[in-house]
Amino acid sequence: MTQRRDFLKTSAGVAAGTAVAAPAVWTPSARAQTWDNEPEKGASLRVLRWSRFVQGDIDQYMANVKKFTDKYGIEVRVDNESWEDVRPKAAVAANVGSGPDIILSTNDDANLYPDKLLDVTDLCEYLGAKYGGWYPVCEAFLRPDGKKWIGVPLGASGNIIVYRKSHLQAAGFEEFPKDTDTFLKMMKAIKEKGTPGGFALGNATGDCGWTYWIVWAFGGKLVDKDNKVVINSPETIKALEYMQELYPTFVPGTLAWLDPNNNKAFLDGQVSVTNNGISIYYAAKNSNDPKLKAMAEDIHHSALPIGPVGEPTEWHLFFNQMIFKYTKYPKAAKEFLRFMMEEEQFGEWMKASFGYVAHPLRAFEKNPVWTDDPKATAYRDCVKNMRPAGYAGSLGYASAGAAADFIVPNMVAEAASGARSPKEAAERAQKRAERYYKI
Amino acid sequence: MLAKIQNNRNLLGYAFMVPAAFLLLVFLTYPLGLGVWLGFTDTKIGRAGSFIGFENYEFLFGDSVARLSLFNTVFYTVVASILKFGLGLWLALLLNKHLPFKTFFRAVILLPWIVPTALSAIVFWWIYDSQFSVISWVLIRLGLIDSYINFLGDPWNARLSTIAANVWRGIPFVAISLLAGLQTISPSLYEAAAIDGATPWQQFRNITLPMLTPIIAVVMTFSVLFTFTDFQLIYVLTRGGPLNATHLMATLSFQRAISGGALGEGAALAIAMVPFLLAAILFSYFGLQRRAWQQGGDR
Repeated sequence: MTQRRDFLKTSAGVAAGTAVAAPAVWTPSARAQTWDNEPEKGASLRVLRWSRFVQGDIDQYMANVKKFTDKYGIEVRVDNESWEDVRPKAAVAANVGSGPDIILSTNDDANLYPDKLLDVTDLCEYLGAKYGGWYPVCEAFLRPDGKKWIGVPLGASGNIIVYRKSHLQAAGFEEFPKDTDTFLKMMKAIKEKGTPGGFALGNATGDCGWTYWIVWAFGGKLVDKDNKVVINSPETIKALEYMQELYPTFVPGTLAWLDPNNNKAFLDGQVSVTNNGISIYYAAKNSNDPKLKAMAEDIHHSALPIGPVGEPTEWHLFFNQMIFKYTKYPKAAKEFLRFMMEEEQFGEWMKASFGYVAHPLRAFEKNPVWTDDPKATAYRDCVKNMRPAGYAGSLGYASAGAAADFIVPNMVAEAASGARSPKEAAERAQKRAERYYKI
Repeated sequence: MLAKIQNNRNLLGYAFMVPAAFLLLVFLTYPLGLGVWLGFTDTKIGRAGSFIGFENYEFLFGDSVARLSLFNTVFYTVVASILKFGLGLWLALLLNKHLPFKTFFRAVILLPWIVPTALSAIVFWWIYDSQFSVISWVLIRLGLIDSYINFLGDPWNARLSTIAANVWRGIPFVAISLLAGLQTISPSLYEAAAIDGATPWQQFRNITLPMLTPIIAVVMTFSVLFTFTDFQLIYVLTRGGPLNATHLMATLSFQRAISGGALGEGAALAIAMVPFLLAAILFSYFGLQRRAWQQGGDR
């Protein structure tokens, strides 16, 4: 956690368990560790995962599962639940000590019950060494003490800018703005042209993630490294003042927006700029409606603009893979995750997911999914550019609770809509967050 | 010996009650007791807690969102219940008249009650959508308004919109139950009143309403309980937004306990609803209970 901004550690550093950031030079395969694991005889596995956002994902995932079963003779039952329902189910499984052997969940779930999870350090070190290392944020989520891995990162569903190129061009912008100042000018310009943008400000669990981006972009953050709440800061207030200028450029009704609203409004042509996964483009491209097909041509993606802090400050939906200690077949479970993460399987799965899931391991940057359709390229660096909602503190009950209570999204919505002044909104967020981080 | 037990009516009576008592204990008393206990602990999902006394309640009392949810819940319950009662009684009186296709209408009005809430809530979600609302669309086409109504995006609009959806769903229950009550009132009472020259209003005021009070008490108790503990509608429509303006105690309790992992705090929030529910029950029990004369007594 403390080395978040440092460059990735080498596998040697990882293996030695040192907490010192190693040089930025990466030497692949030379240090690749060997994998030695014999699944238990007669093992069978149950996997609970979030249900697909794009059909290709689950089709390829199940094809990979079948390959695993054919190779090892281990039956794997895969259950799907909407991603928000996985969280309570995983928590209950952890609580009662029985349930699926492996759960694919989201965000800081693993940090809620690290003691109930199987240590997968050997597996993560093996994968990290073989595939160019994990992006730093993976360690923030799944290697909380800097030593032991409590889960295997799966990647993240990127949530970046989706925009209509022709509408931007009509307003005099050839490219999507790279910084927040130009972004504001652009949003004002497209509003004047009658093709406004819109970002969710309701209690949307996924699509309100952009509110973290804007706070971080100006240097605000919920907590510091020592989990001290510092959201009420001049930086946060600057971000909220920026929001006061940005909000009037939005299409009306964004305060009520939940996760699906921006998809619907965008595909209906009512919104020209929003934040989303690749699903909007995917839906338009694969539609039989000629109007939507034409729109797909016009849809482009861009990373979120960079603010005064000068580095990407994105939030994305992070995916983890947890093996629970209660499993009867820990070795089979590890073997399953290893198998699914190997290039032959993971690479195919990424391709089939159409860029919906950004990889956690550097080597997959070269996966053709990011170049076959140039429009997917913008989603490539999502895991690289992201931070957890509990940035810059350590993750756990406090960060999960504060995120689930929409403290930051509420603060941004309050200031944007004028329900509270930036100062009041930041003070209120500070008080609410302090209750979670118990000062 | 066995024969003696079999012939003992008291023992046999207890034996017959055992299954019911078992079900009540396991499925009602135990969860309620567990909820009360959890409310006094700092249990998190996946981690057993320890006893912390009233700390959760102190925390919630000082929490502006929890206080807002209490206000929202009371407002939601009071307004929705009054509307449901008024409109439901009106509908029951209409249906009690000799209408053509009476049975058809009686069946049809039950539909909102029968449709699963999650489904009807999704329909309302579309009706209230800030971009696709059919109400806004019609009004704009009629030239009555010039921009889409922000049904769920403004705190007060959102409160009223969710109440309207709840009322739509709740009316059939009130109407059909009251209709059943209306049909138990003997027509001879109305005949006698008519002979005495009573106006329709006098008949309603002095016969219908008093004879209906016991049913009203039961129906409204249930209605208030359902409304106070509503969850699905809010969860689908707003998730408690905008700016927590529609968070009810039930939805906030879920958000804190399950999404946020703070089981203890969520349980405390849920248990904090119990006094309000008890008050509602006691009010209807003592305030509207069956009077002796309604059972044929002479006072």
